[in-house]
Amino acid sequence: MDFTFTKEQEMIREMVRDFANKEIAPIAEEIDRTERFPIESFKRMGELGLLGIPFPEEYGGSGGDTISYILAVEEIGKACGSTGLSYAAAVSLGASPIYYFGTEEQKEKYLVPLAKGESLGAFGLTEPNAGSDAGGTRTKAVLSSDHYLINGEKCWITNASFARTVIVTALNGTDDRGKKKISAFIVPTDCNGLTIRSEYEKMGVRGSNTTEIVLEDVKVPKENLLGDPSKGFGQFLYTLDGGRISIAALAVGIGKAAYEAALAYSKERKQFGKYIGSFQAIQFKLADMAMELELAQNMVYKAAWLKDEGKPFKREAAFAKLFASEAAMRICNQAIQIHGGYGYMREYHVERFLRDAKLLEIGEGTSEIQRMVIAREIGCPK
Amino acid sequence: MNIFVILKRTFDTEEKIQIENSEIVDDGAEFIINPYDEYAIEEAIQLREEHGGEVTLITVGDEESEKQLRTGLAMGADKAVLIENEEIEDGDPFSTEALLGAYFQEKEIDIILGGNVAVDGGSGQVGPRLAEKLGINHVSSIVKIEIENGKATIERDVEGDQVTVEVSLPILVTAQQGLNEPRYPSLPGIMKAKKKPLEELDLDDLDLEEEDVEGKTKTVDRYLPPEKKAGKILEGDLDDQVKELVSLLKSEAKVI
Repeated sequence: MDFTFTKEQEMIREMVRDFANKEIAPIAEEIDRTERFPIESFKRMGELGLLGIPFPEEYGGSGGDTISYILAVEEIGKACGSTGLSYAAAVSLGASPIYYFGTEEQKEKYLVPLAKGESLGAFGLTEPNAGSDAGGTRTKAVLSSDHYLINGEKCWITNASFARTVIVTALNGTDDRGKKKISAFIVPTDCNGLTIRSEYEKMGVRGSNTTEIVLEDVKVPKENLLGDPSKGFGQFLYTLDGGRISIAALAVGIGKAAYEAALAYSKERKQFGKYIGSFQAIQFKLADMAMELELAQNMVYKAAWLKDEGKPFKREAAFAKLFASEAAMRICNQAIQIHGGYGYMREYHVERFLRDAKLLEIGEGTSEIQRMVIAREIGCPK
Repeated sequence: MNIFVILKRTFDTEEKIQIENSEIVDDGAEFIINPYDEYAIEEAIQLREEHGGEVTLITVGDEESEKQLRTGLAMGADKAVLIENEEIEDGDPFSTEALLGAYFQEKEIDIILGGNVAVDGGSGQVGPRLAEKLGINHVSSIVKIEIENGKATIERDVEGDQVTVEVSLPILVTAQQGLNEPRYPSLPGIMKAKKKPLEELDLDDLDLEEEDVEGKTKTVDRYLPPEKKAGKILEGDLDDQVKELVSLLKSEAKVI
């Protein structure tokens, strides 16, 4: 066993940390307060090649691996949860499916601008009545001669206001056995009939762009169908598995930010004539936080490593996402507790960490869905 | 242009420094390119972008220094040289000068850039010593440089003020904060850095014997500065405060 990162992985992590400290962390509070999407940060991330880390150079990427990408998510998330979420969604959900399932033409046309950061990726799966329960999907695509006509509604879609194309899942007829088929389509956002609104008022990750997409008789060319239609929805589960590792990494990042803030505060704040960090009550909290972070991190890195090795990682990705997001919630909660009244104030940032972390127990499959995935993987009876 | 950058791997001094038995404990410490050397790398790349040529990075250090060289390559330098000093006991600025001097002996040099000072040892000697050894001009603490027709017009920092000097090439300059804003190594840059040439040299390769490079100085002790005590605010009538201040400066602080 070897737990060391390669030199490239370390260099990437250091570069991203440096960049995130200097250019992302300073605006984190402001974008949360004003619900502003930091498009300037994404321009810089594009220039530095961060949006294309796990894609080959021929598609405008940087030719890095999943571990490097995961380290970048962690560092960006540590500086700002909102930016981290939009970053993870852009790469894991927006760009990755085109890389995995796209034709050569689709990659040239749609992946290259995403990898270079000229456009942001978005993945429209969730609907008012369907998310992890894909069977509830209502959005429908109907083939007529050389194009599909798509109608439906998507909700909570990250980044769509800043995307040139969104990937949208829709019912696409039935298979031989009469079962409903779900396919994915690359939809240019300037299509007639496509409306993108971002009017949600969110608890956390308020600087990320979250949208509602309405499709009314949206016409997309036949060749915009993504992936093999005969394989149906199953192929996209691979995308979601990958996305879960990045959400887990984001949880580690936010958890680390909260832990480091709490540890530093415990060395500054004096009560009863002593630093509060010298009290066992505080020490035990900090010890648990440090331990949970390390465990979460190990699980996240292992899942990413399995993916890089081309081995199955579904179960480990679910472990990582479930454990890291729940650990992040516990850590952020205790970080506020250690800060006492100050922690409840915006100025001390830890309350933002908690609000941001809560999303991670919900987005890209709730904790309950992760447990269902794990139960299936370990062979529980149906 | 043949552009060289001498750089050093140092621990990040923004972190807490621990000393045990007069030795700095560096396990667990973060290591970085000496920040002043980063300015030198950035300036070297900018000079190449303007005048063409090649940027070579050189460091004296152990195997671990490869990472800092690779980071410099990822920023955009063309090649790197690692001169190993692991066999050298009690290395000091003289040792580094001797190793670098041997390396540069046969080289065609237009400019060598380095940092003004390394944030760990803080001697600030290696640059000027090397220039002296090579018999070339040197300008330290530079904040601006322009090269034209074999001449460099340089602004150097003098205790907060600036002096402009004109020097003919070849030269050695050391960088001061304010020279530029170092770029981040880009992701494609990091991936490409893996394939750029990195040469490793030891004493034999440089035709040196151990005694040629042995340090000239001896470290007697190493300790942290005393911890800063909390300040005292005087109260009461202004005249009394002045009297008290003077007496405290005499009796407690012992500065007058």
